[in-house]
Amino acid sequence: MTSTYAVLSEGLEKRFGAVHALRGLDLAVARGTVCGVLGPNGAGKTTAIRLLTTLLRPDAGSARIAGYDLVGEAAAVRTRIGVTGQYASVDGDLSGRQNLRLFARLHRVRGPAERAGELLDRFGLTEAADRAVSTYSGGMRRRLDLAASLIRRPEVLFLDEPTTGLDPASRNLIWGAVRDLTAEGTTVLLTTQYLEEADQLADDIALVDRGRVAHTGSPAELKGLIGAHVEVVVAHPDVMVRAAGVLDQFTGGQPSFDHDRNAVGAVTRDTTLTLPRLVRELDAAGVPLLDASLRPPTLDDVFLRLTEDLGQKETAA
Amino acid sequence: MSTLAYDGTAMLGRQLRRLRNNPGLLILTQTMPVSMLLFFGYVFGSALAMPGEEYRAFLVPGLLVATASGGIMAGMFQAAQDTHRGVMDRFRTLPMSRAAVPLGQAGADLVVTAAGTVPFLLVGLAVGWRVEGGAGEALGAFALLLLFRFTMTWIGIFLGLATRNEEAAGQLGGATFLLPLLSNAYIPTEGLPGWLRTVAEWNPISAVTAALRDLFGNAPVPEDAAWPVAHPIAGSLAWCAVLLAVFVPAAVRRYARGER
Repeated sequence: MTSTYAVLSEGLEKRFGAVHALRGLDLAVARGTVCGVLGPNGAGKTTAIRLLTTLLRPDAGSARIAGYDLVGEAAAVRTRIGVTGQYASVDGDLSGRQNLRLFARLHRVRGPAERAGELLDRFGLTEAADRAVSTYSGGMRRRLDLAASLIRRPEVLFLDEPTTGLDPASRNLIWGAVRDLTAEGTTVLLTTQYLEEADQLADDIALVDRGRVAHTGSPAELKGLIGAHVEVVVAHPDVMVRAAGVLDQFTGGQPSFDHDRNAVGAVTRDTTLTLPRLVRELDAAGVPLLDASLRPPTLDDVFLRLTEDLGQKETAA
Repeated sequence: MSTLAYDGTAMLGRQLRRLRNNPGLLILTQTMPVSMLLFFGYVFGSALAMPGEEYRAFLVPGLLVATASGGIMAGMFQAAQDTHRGVMDRFRTLPMSRAAVPLGQAGADLVVTAAGTVPFLLVGLAVGWRVEGGAGEALGAFALLLLFRFTMTWIGIFLGLATRNEEAAGQLGGATFLLPLLSNAYIPTEGLPGWLRTVAEWNPISAVTAALRDLFGNAPVPEDAAWPVAHPIAGSLAWCAVLLAVFVPAAVRRYARGER
């Protein structure tokens, strides 16, 4: 079965009692790419992963994973996916090696012992291989969890906040593994709260808010949506409001004030804005300018701005 | 079906490996029936009309079955613990038989139970219990005991998957200690008031206990008892068949469903 998309969902809905966790999730992840699902806590990211990995059944909507129907062909989907949850889903009473051998056996891998050894080696767990997993650090458990998801190379790998709470070394190891996998053709769908992680790894980003995909695009496209981050530092606190008035022309309002530094900041959607023009306008308005900067937006800016906009629309409606 | 056998064996291996890694709890649970035999046999037994030795011989099959009914607690705790730890989530995303996880758990429990009866019966022999009947009948008694344990474990697995909470499982599991108290496991039911006797004799533990006493030749079948106790072997098999028919599919469905 061939399909351009490794993950294609349409209108997925899920309710838990009164909570409408997903309200029509549409996702399209092209084969061999990394899709970063970003969103605030409670946006529905984990529910989305649990639905797409057959752990939950959708109330409405449909999805195809690696070309197979999520509900009707769940068994076929399971042979093609790997899942690493937010909480390491390995057996704490078994050793790392026993865990991987067990999962290898359940995956019908030939030579489960060899495969387990290979993966332990790759994730730097050989030394701890024969200790009970309950004695592992958080980073080690997460690495073992990821190793368990890769027993048989999955067509689609789902990672639910794979590096939350990890030290930088473990994080880099996991990022490296994700890059290697995509180089080998695996599609990765990962949720994260770390925008840097999405920026580093994702080809495309789906911004999820209140159970829906609010925006999709490459990190560059999303950043392009909001222009740049402007900040000016003025000589006296009294002129901060005047400076903000000038900035409003370019940004359409919502300035932020840093009174300790006499700084005024704002995000602009005006992609034609240049630093000389900004300085000229401020000078013409008689603002005693000490410093001015115009830097490309980070995903943090995008995230804050876009979820803010959504919040306003929701309130207005 | 071969998928189930293969995956079930892998899961059985998992459970036995877990026990080997962590044998403390296992040893603790095995000492329980032995100490109960000594307390009941010598402390309570001294206050009963039945002579001490005769009571202890009466008590051994009762405690075997009462301990087997603890499969509810063991199955429940284990299943709730697994769900809690999220390892079940991984099993659910694997292309494996849906029944393998609970089957592996019940199977491993059976191995442990079978091994655990050996030290208990040695103590039983030391305090006066004997196999009075034939070897074939004694083997039949063991088979029946294991079937009963298997049944109880499935009930426990279902309850554990339904509650999904280790603490609740612990609390509710403790309540299963009460079940043998309302049966013929520790006392003859003949002396109970009419309605209470009926309730006790319809307790599945009573049928299995009566069957074991009959097969081991420790006590005759009480003729005037309720049907499952008056026909203890048929009664035990019927109880197990009915309970398994209800709880095996229920547990497997519960497991496959997750939290949908």
